Amino acid sequence: MDRRQRLHGHAQRQHYRQLKVFALLLVAVLAHAGEIPLAERRSGYDFMSRETRSMQDDETTNPALFSLMEGETLFKTECASCHTDMKGVAARYPAVKRGKLVNLEQQINVCRTERQKAPAFAYESKELLALSAYVGRQSRGLPISVSADEKHLAAGRTLFERRQGQLNLACSQCHDDNWGKSLAGTPIPQAHPTGYPIYRLEWQGMGSLQRRLRNCMIGVRAEAYAYGSPELVELEYFLLWRARGMKLETPAVRP
Amino acid sequence: MAAVAVTIPKTAKRGEVIEIKTLAAHVMENGFRRTQTGELIPRDIITQFVCTYNGVEVFRAELYPAMAANPLIAFTTVATESGTLELKWTGDNGYTATHSASITVS
Repeated sequence: MDRRQRLHGHAQRQHYRQLKVFALLLVAVLAHAGEIPLAERRSGYDFMSRETRSMQDDETTNPALFSLMEGETLFKTECASCHTDMKGVAARYPAVKRGKLVNLEQQINVCRTERQKAPAFAYESKELLALSAYVGRQSRGLPISVSADEKHLAAGRTLFERRQGQLNLACSQCHDDNWGKSLAGTPIPQAHPTGYPIYRLEWQGMGSLQRRLRNCMIGVRAEAYAYGSPELVELEYFLLWRARGMKLETPAVRP
Repeated sequence: MAAVAVTIPKTAKRGEVIEIKTLAAHVMENGFRRTQTGELIPRDIITQFVCTYNGVEVFRAELYPAMAANPLIAFTTVATESGTLELKWTGDNGYTATHSASITVS
């Protein structure tokens, strides 16, 4: 081997070494970019200011109180002849019922239209928000325990990880990869739907998880799925499965 | 319907500072927003809140369009004697809401 060859061999070895370092870095980045480990999950509550947290914790100043009061009245007049204890119910939704994935709001409407022969409540109507808040309140403090239906979970996960909209962003790029950092001055939470329906200060009122999801989709300049569409319910389902075991805070207050 | 939620301690020691927390259900429409067709949504807010303690005014607040919906007003007063606290909210479009609570001072 003459001197030139030796030099060439040396350069090649160095090149391989650089490649190896690059590959290791790539693996490290990919590993970081994955799902949030179960023990590191944090509710949106942890990212809020002290004032907003105390607003949620104090039942006398939680502004969702009015919705709860309305829900209680509605429940007692419309639902109480069949249902008594709703403890733990909200922690199990969305759920597969008769082969179809439905969220809590949809199940309330199934009950109304099929068993009571009453007209369904519109999405985001005061009545539907009040009833789902009231039913959700019965499960406050209980761990989220949705089933694990492979097919719907996979569909929800695909939607969560798919880039969409003009900004070409996937949910996971913010909420898995960059949680805890700031977006326009507000912290990026991990997107665990632990307290829906919520009283959102920005909305000055109550709203469902689907309203929040549509907000985010409009934020990345995507065309939001319609209320009640199977895609949104699947995304809800995946998010609740992702938050499995975390405590329900319904009705939560969010900034 | 004018729903309010008020928290007042039922009993207190004379001279004790008590906290009164109130929440009134109200849209607080600020009067600057427009509909999708460009029409101005008329202002509809609570304009005044007054609390009297045995007929004596102990707290008054004037509210303006920059207040959020369902305004939360919390304040303190000194428990001087047993009696009633009268709370009154007034606002646009003839809105009024009242709440009274009795307190026993020992």
